[in-house]
Amino acid sequence: MEYFSIIIVSIFVNNIVLAQFLGICPFLGVSTKVGTSLGMGAAVTFVMAISSVVVYLLQYYVLNPLNIGFLQTIAFILVIAALVQMVEIILKKMSPSLYQALGIFLPLITTNCAVLGVAILLVQKEYNLLQSFTFAVSTAVGFTLALVLFAGLRERLELADVPKAMKGIPVALLTAGILAMAFMGFSGLVKA
Amino acid sequence: MKSSLRNMVSVLLLIALVCAAAIGWVYELTKDPIEEAKAAKTKAALSEVLPAFESVSTPEERAVDGDKIKIYKATSKNATVGYAIETFSNKGFGGKMKIMVGFKPDGTICGTSVISHSETPGLGDKIDKSKSDFSKQFDGKHPHTFRLGIKKNGEGDVDAITASTISSTAFTDAVKRAYEQLQAYMED
Amino acid sequence: MTNFQIFTKGFVKENPTFALLLGMCPTLGTTTSSINGMSMGLATMFVLVLSNIAISLVKNVIPDKVRIPAFIVIIATLVTLLQLFMEAYVPAIYATLGVFIPLIVVNCIILGRAEAFASKNSVFKSALDGAGIGLGFTLSLTLLGTVREFLGSASVFGHKIEALQPYGMIIFVLAPGAFIALCYIMVLFNKATAKIR
Repeated sequence: MEYFSIIIVSIFVNNIVLAQFLGICPFLGVSTKVGTSLGMGAAVTFVMAISSVVVYLLQYYVLNPLNIGFLQTIAFILVIAALVQMVEIILKKMSPSLYQALGIFLPLITTNCAVLGVAILLVQKEYNLLQSFTFAVSTAVGFTLALVLFAGLRERLELADVPKAMKGIPVALLTAGILAMAFMGFSGLVKA
Repeated sequence: MKSSLRNMVSVLLLIALVCAAAIGWVYELTKDPIEEAKAAKTKAALSEVLPAFESVSTPEERAVDGDKIKIYKATSKNATVGYAIETFSNKGFGGKMKIMVGFKPDGTICGTSVISHSETPGLGDKIDKSKSDFSKQFDGKHPHTFRLGIKKNGEGDVDAITASTISSTAFTDAVKRAYEQLQAYMED
Repeated sequence: MTNFQIFTKGFVKENPTFALLLGMCPTLGTTTSSINGMSMGLATMFVLVLSNIAISLVKNVIPDKVRIPAFIVIIATLVTLLQLFMEAYVPAIYATLGVFIPLIVVNCIILGRAEAFASKNSVFKSALDGAGIGLGFTLSLTLLGTVREFLGSASVFGHKIEALQPYGMIIFVLAPGAFIALCYIMVLFNKATAKIR
């Protein structure tokens, strides 16, 4: 049950983009087409899944035993940056087709605060390894869901007659606000 | 500047060294203030939840529900004037919630104080005294006559914060845990 | 560009929030009240000024290929220093801003200024640029925080306005309100500054 609740909470209730405001840049920047949103979502899921495990091991087997928890920020960002590079290189060699699909999104992920945010949150929430992994993957699914839904809305929005002052980002923000309101309805899903 | 393996490695190494030195220095510099800030917070919470006291014992830690609570005993003129318990709840909306609960020796709740929480700003954060009077309803009540559960759910006598039943439930859960631990402590 | 222009361009023309749309995560995530918005702005400004100075100092000795990694190490170090200072001297604000403080590392404004300005200009100009952009960011966040706090909890900088208490629209403090408030402020900003830009 506990894992089930982590999944539901991180996809719907505490959606990383619409409730926690992490990963807003790709949310506003990339999500103009459903296809690219799916690609970005897949790349983020991939990186978050790996980084959650790596970061967990780093925190509990390196930082904590050495009592250097204050180096968390610096250690995490370097590991994530290196990890993204590595994933890119390996993907290029091993699976050119997958690299074709995800390749252009990978460099963008290093500066995606959702990845670092999830790494810090899973330590803060004191999850164990399996919980961390579940949390990371379902958060990434929530990210993808928000991105794809939003892209769908924006594709329609292009055909709409938007007031001149609202064109572009402002109307996108307004749409995101309404989407966030819809997601608030999910908070009834968790009962203490 | 043109890159060669040698200058890349040496420059990165040098930057890392300087950064490490800076962090090490500031860490030493802020170590005591951080400890003091934490101690001051605990002390402020203690004096907020307890009746006037002269001294507080070093806390006794107890493992409960996968975490630990701390029990402080406050004395004045060699007589026990109250107990403060640093308790927690995992039922919060945003994760773990930590509060301090003070009891008189007879078990009456003297006061509560939020130590840390991650509830939604504007809704769940009303468990904090500075934001709403929710937590004040516990003051002066005895858990024997004031059942620790949410009234709306038919579980007790606590009025929940409007639109924040989950945060209210978590707060009540933490107080309940504190009371149960106090009873166990008194029996020992 | 004169020094004065370097300093003031962050307020309107290159305002990081409303004109360049950078650093959106903390902008939306921490502006539940004026104080929170302002604290986040000042924290970012601290890192921005120091990172601009540090990067401008070392710009000539960093090989091109490791430029970004070197910048990230410097920025991450400054953020760690900020975390230590905040935990020691303003623990309450540190606790409120939570995860957004370490996330300054990946704030696009910082790396953006390092790349676009500090790696090409003198130390003094870089510091001025950092202070200007940082101040612009702080002003935007304080403005957004004030609007949300006023509409959401009918108070300004933590001072409750008693007469308006029953009319607070809590939605503005919650997630959707962040998007909606930012949208309308941006529209007004664009309208008001169309001539200047």
